[in-house]
Amino acid sequence: MITELGHFALILAFLVACVQAVVPMVGAQKRWPGWMAVAEPAATAQFLLVLLSFAALTHAFVTSDFSLRLVVMNSHSAKPMLYKISGVWGNHEGSMLLWVLILALFGAMAAWFGGNLPPSLRARVLGIQAMVGVAFYAFILFTSNPFLRLAVPPFDGQDLNPLLQDPGLAFHPPFLYLGYVGLSICFSFAAAALIEGRVDAAWGRWVRPWTLLSWVFLTIGIALGSWWAYYELGWGGFWFWDPVENASFMPWLLAAALLHSAIVVEKREALKSWTMLLAILAFSFSLIGTFIVRSGVLTSVHAFATDPERGVFILAILVIFTGGSLTLYAARAGVMQAKGVFGVVSRESALVANNILLAVACFVVFVGTLWPLVAEMLFQRKLSVGAPFFNMAFTPFMVLLGLLLPIGSMLSWKRGKLGVIFRRLVPAMLLALAVAGLFWTIQTGRSLMGPIGLALGTWLVAGSVTDILSRIGQSRDYRRLLRLPRADWGKAVAHAGLGVCMAGIAGLMAWQQEDIRVAQLGEPFTVGAYEIELQDVQRVQGPNYFSTMGEVAVREDGREIAHLYPEKRDYPVAKMPTTEAAIDYRFLRDVYVVIGDQQTAGGWTMRVYIKPLANWIWGGAILMALGGLLSLSDRRFRVAAGARKTVPARGVPAE
Amino acid sequence: MTGLGMLRKLAMLLALVLALGTVLPGPVLAVQPDEMLDDPALEARARELSKGLRCLVCQNENIDDSNASLARDLRLMVRERLVAGDSDEEVVAFLVDRYGEFVLLQPTTGGWNWLLWAAGPLLFVLAVVTGGIYIRNRSRAAPATEAGLTPEEKARLEEILRG
Repeated sequence: MITELGHFALILAFLVACVQAVVPMVGAQKRWPGWMAVAEPAATAQFLLVLLSFAALTHAFVTSDFSLRLVVMNSHSAKPMLYKISGVWGNHEGSMLLWVLILALFGAMAAWFGGNLPPSLRARVLGIQAMVGVAFYAFILFTSNPFLRLAVPPFDGQDLNPLLQDPGLAFHPPFLYLGYVGLSICFSFAAAALIEGRVDAAWGRWVRPWTLLSWVFLTIGIALGSWWAYYELGWGGFWFWDPVENASFMPWLLAAALLHSAIVVEKREALKSWTMLLAILAFSFSLIGTFIVRSGVLTSVHAFATDPERGVFILAILVIFTGGSLTLYAARAGVMQAKGVFGVVSRESALVANNILLAVACFVVFVGTLWPLVAEMLFQRKLSVGAPFFNMAFTPFMVLLGLLLPIGSMLSWKRGKLGVIFRRLVPAMLLALAVAGLFWTIQTGRSLMGPIGLALGTWLVAGSVTDILSRIGQSRDYRRLLRLPRADWGKAVAHAGLGVCMAGIAGLMAWQQEDIRVAQLGEPFTVGAYEIELQDVQRVQGPNYFSTMGEVAVREDGREIAHLYPEKRDYPVAKMPTTEAAIDYRFLRDVYVVIGDQQTAGGWTMRVYIKPLANWIWGGAILMALGGLLSLSDRRFRVAAGARKTVPARGVPAE
Repeated sequence: MTGLGMLRKLAMLLALVLALGTVLPGPVLAVQPDEMLDDPALEARARELSKGLRCLVCQNENIDDSNASLARDLRLMVRERLVAGDSDEEVVAFLVDRYGEFVLLQPTTGGWNWLLWAAGPLLFVLAVVTGGIYIRNRSRAAPATEAGLTPEEKARLEEILRG
């Protein structure tokens, strides 16, 4: 009964979206206030209906209702509650429902918080948001219905893929979708502004918080996924340049570019046409990502619905929305006049450079991801494009970005003076060079990656500190730091986060140590500076798995510093084994222990890794997300709350 | 590759696995101790090579990280060739010969692949030129007038921008 209600609510949401996609658009064109006003309640109703539908599906998973096909295929009565809930989106149909739920949520949020938008713009934004909704409701209802019943329900389900039964991965998809789908609002704003034919500073101001929010969610989602891969897959890889990872990374890069270029629109009324294009592209890349994950055109670890019919449907959605908006863009971009005038050396130019580097980096990922497809179709060559290509082709642009960032972020608007900036940055520069030199001498004879990465990280962190300190001017009144706009802090924290992340990646890739051996019980061995001893191995039974659990002591200078329990699990229902690495997390390094098979000659296979600076990668990502949130909480975005107050004029805004 | 050759190859691998065969049933986990060569220099070369070779049945994993049994076979094959005295290039050529260029995680630059490698740099140059022209135009442009706004719109914009 509840299931049928959910199904019905989804159909109703589809119909509401159809109305919302047409009536406000007509109203905005004809200037009929009544028709435009339909958008707002429709957006709220749509959201509530999808929420009801999602709740119904969650109910079916939580109560293990095995008359539902989806529940049978992705759940099991013995599964822990957390994974019963995360099982809702751990499959194609359910994740699409989450997709439209978030789409409707963002639509509703635009309706709730869009009170200060011109009525026609708001009507159009919500109308376009609903058009995207209509396409995806149709996709779910006609090709991927999660509410299908089984005539003969089985006694129990087939369990969720055990790799997905993990806290890190339980929350990875919702964050990622919040990011992906959040970009739909930027897209709707861009398309609506193109139809209106007006893009001004206010438009930049409206679109930036949405971009920032999406980017923060994408950052968290990607970091969670990467962290999961690190501890779950058994060898501590954190990024594989897999098509599906790339699918989430491309929108992230473009969202980062967009949130910077929107500043130029907001502050200087320049780069309007480019920002418009970026907003369209960022969401298009989200759609491309959806297509890649769900069509199976590219082999990937994540692809869960490799169904040509669905692929074609999503491709059609992609072509209609991307093609349609680009056509609109081509027709209307000409009306947008740049107003701001700025010198060659200026914050504006620096942000153009930022956008060039991010967009080109995104393009490299795009070409590399699709090249196997192109090569097979056009040149009949079956080839792979893997990590070595991306590391080589992508990294230079990021290094360049890192080098320019501290300088660019300190330049003033309109006309900057490089000399002043350089003088201020001398300490940061010297520090970075010292770090490079230090690590170059310590590591003797290894690759340049470690020293360069750490120097770059130092340069970014020290540059951010310099930037924030320069705000208090000559006064040396450090209390002023606390009174700086949150956006300034957000900028410094996010940029420093990027530096921490870069240093972490370089450190991990350059200085990782590894030891693979057959370990005998009670016979210690040395890995790097640590002594490792396998003390015991036991069979343990979990709620829905059996586990072989090792007990490992880690000693440094004869003193025990950690006691680890690596596991090898077998999930009998899903018929899949997983490795659960045990990790001793520390600030400067992780000790990462994996237990393998028992050997007939005695002993167990063991793999021990020492991973320097591993945590910095996710620490950096957290800092970036935190920076985004700080910036988002800046008072100038709380337009409704602060509209009546006058804010004293400030020096330089943040990005 | 002839069927017979393939069969002989498989038989040889099987013999190799049996000879080393200390592994109990169950999934093998990436590189195993029994696969590793005694000569650390050779082993290091094998690891380095393995990182650039794709596990053919897996999805975008290199054979060094993969748990698939085929990846293990390939790892053993790489080591076998290295022990036989092949250079790194010869080992890679040997595998490409058998499995096609699909096995290479780093695509070659041959044929149209130059486009793949050049795509980023080319777009970068193009973008820098376009961006440069845009910036130059902006630095020379006369400030535009605020003609497009009605007075009440202007007031509204002011209000919003004051935020």
